[in-house]
Amino acid sequence: MFGYEFYVDPSRCIGCQACVKACEECETHRGVSMINFDYIDRPDTIATGAYVCFHCDEPTCAMVCPADAIKKGEDGIVQSALKPRCIACSNCVLACPFGIPKVVVEREQMMKCDMCYDRTSAGKRPMCATVCPSGALLYATPEQVARTRREKPTNVFYFGAQRITTKVFMMAPAEREFVSIDITDYILEENDARFATV
Amino acid sequence: MPALRPSSKEPLWREEFSIFTADERYVGRRQMTKFLTLTSLSMFAGNLWLLARSILSKHDTAYPAAAVAKVGEIPVGGVKLFQYAGEQCILVRIGEGSYAAYSQKCTHLSCSVYYAREKDRLECPCHERYFSVRDGSVLEGPPTRPLPKVTLEQRGSDLVAVGMSGGEG
Repeated sequence: MFGYEFYVDPSRCIGCQACVKACEECETHRGVSMINFDYIDRPDTIATGAYVCFHCDEPTCAMVCPADAIKKGEDGIVQSALKPRCIACSNCVLACPFGIPKVVVEREQMMKCDMCYDRTSAGKRPMCATVCPSGALLYATPEQVARTRREKPTNVFYFGAQRITTKVFMMAPAEREFVSIDITDYILEENDARFATV
Repeated sequence: MPALRPSSKEPLWREEFSIFTADERYVGRRQMTKFLTLTSLSMFAGNLWLLARSILSKHDTAYPAAAVAKVGEIPVGGVKLFQYAGEQCILVRIGEGSYAAYSQKCTHLSCSVYYAREKDRLECPCHERYFSVRDGSVLEGPPTRPLPKVTLEQRGSDLVAVGMSGGEG
């Protein structure tokens, strides 16, 4: 599927978790779902978000791996940790700014979304994108997205001082060039004015 | 896929353990097999070429006649070194009227052989290889080829080298 890109739009997620189940049922994942499904602010809202791996151009998970187990292929897909090498140390879990990798404790191996490598390499859409009823997870060409969506896809992220460019696009408000999140903005200190509202 | 690679100068350990499969220096089984096949084929071809060259060049070697010593110039058991056909050679007076001459170049790794009078043999000091002084054959030591023998003729009072045989290759 040349020219197809993956688009994530959490604002369209309805929380049905069809993607989670579909990912689980995909035969190469063997019952482990690699979708990161998030209840965004559970006490106050029903909003949810489903995320796949963003497949960074310079993957932080692979950079922190002490066992050289995480590899990015020539097609731009960051694979799960190689089974013979992974030591299940969880460095990648802690380092990934998107929170994507998961260590499967029973297998002592980190497993993460590989964009359904077996399917996309054979010209099929990733499992989650085939089942998502609302288009929160979308596998389409940039032309299709430009025609059907108001949001602007971006693949540039700032996490504090770290700049990350990715293979997967995030739907951002049309006026935004990039997504910027600084963790220190969300850390409440004692004299913070926001404490009053918590 | 160069566009994916970071452009910054990476430390050596990061180059050696790259996170990009395209940059890995891992040698696959197929790659190794290809390498082995191609190198052994080229070595085989090279050996064929060497063989052909040595067979072809054997036919057009004509040795000149050259006087190397006077009869009686050296005592029995004495030696004389001389140059013949571009080779350093050694002449040994074995008995009263018998002489023998060989290339001094050992057929193993080209060290110079010398005459050991007390053992009556030619010895190569490098790897303890011994040659018979009678016919140049190997008595003991690593390889198997005999020393090239210089054919001698007596013309009047001169000993004349007229040819060289054996030890080719």
